[in-house]
Amino acid sequence: MERIPILRMGDFLLVTIQVDMHDRLARTLQDDLTSQIERTGAKGVLIDISGLEMVDSFIGRMIANTSAMSRLLDANTVLVGMRPAVAITLVELGLSLAGVDTALDVERGMKLLRARLAPSSRNGRHQV
Amino acid sequence: MAHARVSTADILKNDMTGLLADWMSELRARSDNRISGSDVEAQATDLLKLIATASETNADVGSADWGAVRALLDDVSRTRAQQGFSAQETATFVFSLKKPLFGRIRRATEKDPAALAEETWAATELVDALAMHTVKAFQKSREDVILRQQEEMLELSTPVVKLWNGIIALPMIGTLDSARTQIVMESLLQRIVEIGAEIAIIDITGVPTVDTLVAQHLLKTVTAIRLMGADCIISGIRPQIAQTIVHLGVELHGVTTKATLADALAVALERTGQSISKVQPS
Repeated sequence: MERIPILRMGDFLLVTIQVDMHDRLARTLQDDLTSQIERTGAKGVLIDISGLEMVDSFIGRMIANTSAMSRLLDANTVLVGMRPAVAITLVELGLSLAGVDTALDVERGMKLLRARLAPSSRNGRHQV
Repeated sequence: MAHARVSTADILKNDMTGLLADWMSELRARSDNRISGSDVEAQATDLLKLIATASETNADVGSADWGAVRALLDDVSRTRAQQGFSAQETATFVFSLKKPLFGRIRRATEKDPAALAEETWAATELVDALAMHTVKAFQKSREDVILRQQEEMLELSTPVVKLWNGIIALPMIGTLDSARTQIVMESLLQRIVEIGAEIAIIDITGVPTVDTLVAQHLLKTVTAIRLMGADCIISGIRPQIAQTIVHLGVELHGVTTKATLADALAVALERTGQSISKVQPS
């Protein structure tokens, strides 16, 4: 079955979505990601959606939910690389993904996660 | 009816020079200095020739046989519109053909009142259809101009400028409606991706009024920018605008707002860890 790979990089997990999501794929990803966080004890999750060209309300909600689930498992989630068209669609759908951290690309997302995890730093400025 | 058609075509074919001369004297009576007499004459000659050819086969101005005539009228209308003629003046060019044409019909059918009425009616229909087409083409060319200007205005009013490393700004000018917000949002988000900008400043100094709809559009843009992973600052809020926003009960929380673009730039520089300093005189 088709699966979205979850890569481990130190304390972080990197999920790169390069194909258009359909509902079952999204559910599988949620299952995989939560169990991976539990098994590896990851402190941060980066979801790269730069390959995602289309979203619907289900995928939008799934992204918000995945991030909320990771937070429950004590892992910060940063959503990176959202395309302009996807951002506009989500806003028009009324999904502002409040509470989800965002960054322009994986590199900046990683920096943001590190800043979050550094004990001395205050909360990053992207938090809403 | 077959007889009637042949007759108008006959007049055109047999007495084109005379008809043209009479038509030209009609046109000259109305002429002004925006277009030269020789240009008008050339157009009139071409038109008569084309009508003569077309009317031999078919009386329906909408048919394919009349394509060349319609193309010529389109061309005439377009140039007249550009030269600043009114729709009435453009239509008169065609309508003034009626008098010389009717005169000839009357002379040709002097002995037969029924034929006269029939011929005149057929000729009227023909000239009216041509004039109608001219007016339609005239209006269309005017509408094209308006449409093009609207598009140009949209492009003009949404420039996204790079202010500093990783900082872009959008000085917004004019009223914000849904269509414009969409274009503004798209071009801004596109530039964020291209430049990799971390901070986008929307300057609304040039926005005359802010109502709930405009505020909602602004909030949408801010949310979209945040979703992309960049930050947004709104600057250029004039005192009246600040009062309106509060009176309307619009909540702009989570959005950084500044009074001037300079303040916004200062905040943006600080957030990206950059600074500007004066050079020490040596």
